[in-house]
Amino acid sequence: MIALADCNAFYVSCEKAFRPDLDGRPVGVLTNNDGCVIARSPELKALGVAMGAPAHMLDPHITRQCVLFSSNYALYGDMSRRVTAVYHQYTPDVSVYSIDESFLGFDGFPGERLEDHCQAMRLRVRQETGIPISIGLSTSKTLAKIANHLAKKEAACEGVALLPPESDTTRRVLERLPVTEVWGVARRTGLRLADMGIHTAWQLRVADPRQLRRLFSVVMERTVWELRGQDCIELDDMSVPKRQIMTSRSFGRLTGDRQELHEAIRHHASCGAEKLRKQQSLACALVVFVKTNPFRPELPQHHESLLLALPRPTDDSRLIVHTASRGLDRIHRAGVAYQKCGVMLTDLVDRNHEQFDILADQQSNAERERSERLMATLDKLNRELGAGTVKLGGGRENAAWHLRCAYRSPRYTTRWEELPVVKMR
Amino acid sequence: MTIAIDIIGRVDELSRPMLLPLAAGEVRAGFPSPAEDYIERDLDLVAHLVQHPSATYYARAKGDSMVHFGIYDDDLLIVDRALDVRPGDILIVAVDGELTCKQLGMANGCKALISGNAAYAPILLSGCDVTVWGVVTHNVHALRRGVGR
Repeated sequence: MIALADCNAFYVSCEKAFRPDLDGRPVGVLTNNDGCVIARSPELKALGVAMGAPAHMLDPHITRQCVLFSSNYALYGDMSRRVTAVYHQYTPDVSVYSIDESFLGFDGFPGERLEDHCQAMRLRVRQETGIPISIGLSTSKTLAKIANHLAKKEAACEGVALLPPESDTTRRVLERLPVTEVWGVARRTGLRLADMGIHTAWQLRVADPRQLRRLFSVVMERTVWELRGQDCIELDDMSVPKRQIMTSRSFGRLTGDRQELHEAIRHHASCGAEKLRKQQSLACALVVFVKTNPFRPELPQHHESLLLALPRPTDDSRLIVHTASRGLDRIHRAGVAYQKCGVMLTDLVDRNHEQFDILADQQSNAERERSERLMATLDKLNRELGAGTVKLGGGRENAAWHLRCAYRSPRYTTRWEELPVVKMR
Repeated sequence: MTIAIDIIGRVDELSRPMLLPLAAGEVRAGFPSPAEDYIERDLDLVAHLVQHPSATYYARAKGDSMVHFGIYDDDLLIVDRALDVRPGDILIVAVDGELTCKQLGMANGCKALISGNAAYAPILLSGCDVTVWGVVTHNVHALRRGVGR
């Protein structure tokens, strides 16, 4: 069995964990430089504030009643680590898929007790971190993802939902689910599927996998098998465009070599940045992670991920590679043989939306144009002469950029001078 | 030849290794080194005070309502959110949307949050909306100005 554990409105929940007065109030978190809304409490959603809405365009009537925070990546990164630490108490097989989502493997765990086990885990996370999570359970990642959605939506689930691949419930859920809401099915693909008469997840499940492979891709074929309950999608292949870009690979063999790890991280960061430019997005933050093989318990185990804010929303490979390398330096442990490492670009915002109001005062126009030309040339060379023709070496130091973050909450867990204050009264 | 193997459980790779002081040195013939009996590891104060690292938070005390329990203004509280609450515990609780510190005790035959200062009345728990945030396990009170603040 596979579980997808997902933190509800993660950044907002981190803020609320130290501010009980925010309970039940509309709360939002803004991108670095206070540009757009990237996280919303249910109450803020209910006010009609969209994901990615520019902060300065919010109706004053709304801003008066809600609490908006600048992003506090030090806090979110630390809280994410704490949540993951609880998962590790319940299973050794944890794959962090994003800052707030992890796939957990429960191979060999008795199925009938799994729901209780996950419920206990959910309550533990809540108690130790204050973060509410939802858990979806099934035999494939795609179905676990759908189960997770159910767990979040249906109050009766109490945060944990199980979808056995062969069951009436699962059939009913899939019949009602538009195909574009299936993990990895893009909207454009959805239009083509609709032409073939495939509108719901169930219709996709019963379609001919080989035909879909011919017409679309091998990922689409795998999605069909996944909907039937067979786990066959590798996380490395799946990122949700517009939300995050994940690039990672397992090493062919375990490696502890610092140089080799750095090369891999630089490679993943460059590929991620290229994908970012292709989809016309900017990233506000990135996650670097390293992982040992959990199925070799006789070897020293180390799994760690680090969330780092980028100096500004960016698609510049140099900045992304440099930040990722610095992150690796901080989490890499000498003498440990790693199985896998990767980079995830996260908190993506639309490039055409962002650049003028946000970047204007950060970077001169000339500097921006220069960076754009350089990146376009880089992409062109790699496209025409083959991937990896031009690669970046070690990044350069540039501390000249400062974040604008007027409403950042205290870094409650990582700074002595910003600890939560408890009033003795 | 066959070997029977019983799996008695997984290696617990998550808990931190337990550090035991080295009491006995090597057994060696000849003249023993007088230092061997005294070889010990460094003491790790954080590991000693913090039982559940990923569930432990530090907080700053402000105010005088807990002086009877030895918690003074500006003290550093170590708060463990993994512990289950027991009577007599010093707790961080959210009262009226604010984090505050109280002891879980009794008043007028009823469970109540008790202050360590007669100027603050106990809060009776019946019919009162109180959320426990964590259990205070230690209080770090600096005695020399400017050290460890």
